[in-house]
Amino acid sequence: MKWLIDLFSSSIGRKVVMALTGLFIILFLTVHLIGNLQLLKDDGGEAFNVYAYFMTHNPLIKMVSYVNYAFFLFHIGWALLLTIKNRQARGTEGYAVTSSKSSIWSARNMGILGTIILVFLVIHMKDFWGQMHFGEMPTKTYGDHEVKDLFTVVGSAFTQWWYVALYCISMVAIAFHLWHGFASAFQTLGLNHMKYNPVISFVGKAFSIVIPALFALIPIVMFFV
Amino acid sequence: MKIKLKVWRQKNKDTKGAFKTYNVDHASPDMSFLEMIDVLNTELIKKGEESIAFDHDCREGICGMCSLYINGHPHGPLQTTTCQLHMRTFKDGETITVEPWRAKAFPVIKDLVVDRSAFDRIQQAGGYVNVNTGGVPDANEIPIPKRVAEEAFDAATCIGCGACVAACKNASAMLFVSAKVSQFALLPQGQVERKERAEKMVAQMDAEGFGSCTNTYACEAECPKGIKVANIARMNREYLGAMMTSYEGSTGGGGE
Repeated sequence: MKWLIDLFSSSIGRKVVMALTGLFIILFLTVHLIGNLQLLKDDGGEAFNVYAYFMTHNPLIKMVSYVNYAFFLFHIGWALLLTIKNRQARGTEGYAVTSSKSSIWSARNMGILGTIILVFLVIHMKDFWGQMHFGEMPTKTYGDHEVKDLFTVVGSAFTQWWYVALYCISMVAIAFHLWHGFASAFQTLGLNHMKYNPVISFVGKAFSIVIPALFALIPIVMFFV
Repeated sequence: MKIKLKVWRQKNKDTKGAFKTYNVDHASPDMSFLEMIDVLNTELIKKGEESIAFDHDCREGICGMCSLYINGHPHGPLQTTTCQLHMRTFKDGETITVEPWRAKAFPVIKDLVVDRSAFDRIQQAGGYVNVNTGGVPDANEIPIPKRVAEEAFDAATCIGCGACVAACKNASAMLFVSAKVSQFALLPQGQVERKERAEKMVAQMDAEGFGSCTNTYACEAECPKGIKVANIARMNREYLGAMMTSYEGSTGGGGE
């Protein structure tokens, strides 16, 4: 099994971990968004609360969510490791003059963007995920089901303007992170061919605008309505 | 034209270097960048000072020997080699900053000269094909689709100058290594060592201390030979495929 250790300790193997976990998180974002859009449904939060109950109690979803947490940790851990290695590769003396013309901003600043997203993630997890899993929460009864009223918790959080602003800024960071990350993952996995490159490029760019924009729309709408 | 030149001077590998500014008062717009340094060096020698050390050889853009990180770009602002960069690219009275390539794997030996033998070692690790000796084979014996031959040739135009490493924020050598891997992976002659080559060249690249690619594509934008990043994707494919399907050298097997 030496080959497996060699593979994942090689530069390409480490990049593949970044790409695969990144693509999984992209999938997760899509599912997460579809679920969250139920917050905008005008039913006093019933659809969202039932959905939140399902997501925290379905055994299959629970299993996938553990994989999801692990992939997030891998994505962050490997990014740190690669960043340190890459800094070392430059050597002790840097350039006095550098130019930014030859690459795009988001590609050069994935680490900074990722750090902003991580800070957001901690706040986000603490306030909603942590609350849902371990916190004391008001409940609501639908039919004969008593479920935690996450809708009200989310709703009250989004009455604060700074909380909405934090979400919007974080979504911009995610948009830029995806702008580079989406297509970059395919390149790392070796999927670069003129037959499908335009598709990856278009879908990647559309995804990185549409998904964060819809995510940001939720707190904005909940703040004003 | 008059030029102010801010040049990195460093005595040897072990000493710390610093920038020194020189005035070049009689530069011609038709001079190449290297010729301009030649003129400056002649003046320095006349004054009894030590001339500026820099790499150069063919001076016609094909050997890959010249380097220099000029005003934030490897080989200067144009996508060419430094020997093919002319002073007309710069403005009269401009201050030009000249630095050596910066990478842990490319240590500075003196002034603007860096040791690029890491590239040689990567090449030696797998950038070759074994050919049987014997009668001279017919030139067109093995059919190769024209598009494939062109793709391989495009990769083979890499001159190994190291501009990709110099341009990369991670000092990654993946554009160079991928060009060398691609060149052989595409051709029938390169099939025998195909998997071994990808594994060994990537392993050597990592051992030399080059960084990992983060797909900023600065290398492609700066490469004087226009090597495409599609080669990096091919190298990733080759490497991953090889790692998962090749025979491990140390594997015993046979029920021992």
